[in-house]
Amino acid sequence: MSQSVPSREVARRVFAEEFNDAGYTFKESDDERAPVYLLLPTGERANRVFVVGTLTEKEDVGEDSEYWRGRIVDPTGTFFVYAGQYQPEAASALRELDAPSYVAIVGKPRTFETDDGSINVSVRPESITEVNAATRDRWVVETAQRTLERIDSFDDEGNEYARMAKEQYDLPTDAYKQAAIGALESLDTETTDELASDAPEPEP
Amino acid sequence: MTDLRTHAAEIAEQFSDHLDVSVDEVEERLDNLVNEYKVPVEEARRSVTNSYLDEAGLERDAIAGGAGGSQLVELADIAEDEQWVDLKVKVVDLWDPGHESIAQVGLVGDESGTMKFVAFQTSELETLEEGKVYSLQNVVTDEYEGNFSVKLNRTTTISELDEEIEVGDDNATVEGALVDIQSGSGLIKRCPEEDCTRVLQNGRCSEHGNVEGEFDLRIKGVLDDGTEVHEVIFNQEMTEELTGVTLDEAKQQAMDALDTTVVADEMRTMVLGRYYRVTGPTFGRYVLADEFEELSGPADAEAVLIKARSM
Repeated sequence: MSQSVPSREVARRVFAEEFNDAGYTFKESDDERAPVYLLLPTGERANRVFVVGTLTEKEDVGEDSEYWRGRIVDPTGTFFVYAGQYQPEAASALRELDAPSYVAIVGKPRTFETDDGSINVSVRPESITEVNAATRDRWVVETAQRTLERIDSFDDEGNEYARMAKEQYDLPTDAYKQAAIGALESLDTETTDELASDAPEPEP
Repeated sequence: MTDLRTHAAEIAEQFSDHLDVSVDEVEERLDNLVNEYKVPVEEARRSVTNSYLDEAGLERDAIAGGAGGSQLVELADIAEDEQWVDLKVKVVDLWDPGHESIAQVGLVGDESGTMKFVAFQTSELETLEEGKVYSLQNVVTDEYEGNFSVKLNRTTTISELDEEIEVGDDNATVEGALVDIQSGSGLIKRCPEEDCTRVLQNGRCSEHGNVEGEFDLRIKGVLDDGTEVHEVIFNQEMTEELTGVTLDEAKQQAMDALDTTVVADEMRTMVLGRYYRVTGPTFGRYVLADEFEELSGPADAEAVLIKARSM
């Protein structure tokens, strides 16, 4: 990657369960405009995410001006999305969309500390568009795949974000593997039944 | 051309950047050695070349394509300016020369890919025919803004070959979710000046100033697979196919709204967040879409599940 021309940040694929477990953010340079990264517990930095799920609720929680909050559900949990006057396109998309519907969101991770000291993670959208069920299913498979790839290389020597994740979170990656398996199984019961009979342990 | 004259032309061409040497002068020296002193041609050539090297104060290495001739290379291996090479290529396409000094311009290809070629009137070469395969000896590579081409010159030997070449393409295929549509997308205006086609910014062309632009459709998008991003450009035809909005409909939308940006806004809602696979030639960091498909079929969860369970 070139130093002089900043390249576009990749949109990471992460399930809600893992995303909501992340709370640690960092920068890689002192520059004021340097990108802020959310550290994923499976050992990757995320300045941008791509999420596809079901918009189950939306509400204008703004006081003086419009400020929309949406709940986007994937097979593992819920993403919270906030869009206000500085995200006019996303805010108007949330205003127009009906719940429930499948939506695709490109956005930046944001963290805020609550009164009781815990850290909440949300998405500040760059775009929200309505998509179909096939796109949502593809996202689930792709996100499972990317998650498994991160887990697979978690103990690799030189994986600096994994090392950082071990220091900051110390969460077992197995939970995210199970979440990915569960998400895949939820897609197609027929496929799952077939596979389940081959699985070493019976399904719960 | 006689044999000696060909050798003389090659030598003169090699030194054309360094010395003011005429072909006649070189031929005279070769002729003297070969016909007067009965020196074999190769030796004569070597001797004459050496004397010019001395005169120019150069090392032998500094002169491309010395007595040993140039190397046969594949087009994809060409990565340096001003290299003398031999090619075995098929003429894929011939274009309109566009300038009186150019005899032929077009595209040649081999298994590794395709490349632009130029032949100049002054080189007085035989004419290449589209679809035929040739051995081209002694062509020079040329670079312009990172793109390579080859120039035929008067030392180039052209021989038609009776064989077929399967021309490889340098197309790239990229896929991922369409995560962004960049500015300069939708209904745009281009400069109408001949061969310009620059996209106007506020009615101005950076080269020709204020002009009456011509409408066009384009999408500059970003495909992201979660590991890598690829920038893709859909031209008018591809944009119409992608969005189902024709240029005329886009103009109407813009007219109704008194605003051209509504076109891109409308397109965003139709394509953002969907998965696509795009194939086409690469230009700089862009893939120019020649064909695309929306990845809307059922995703293969099974393969990923098997992997997950084996971990």
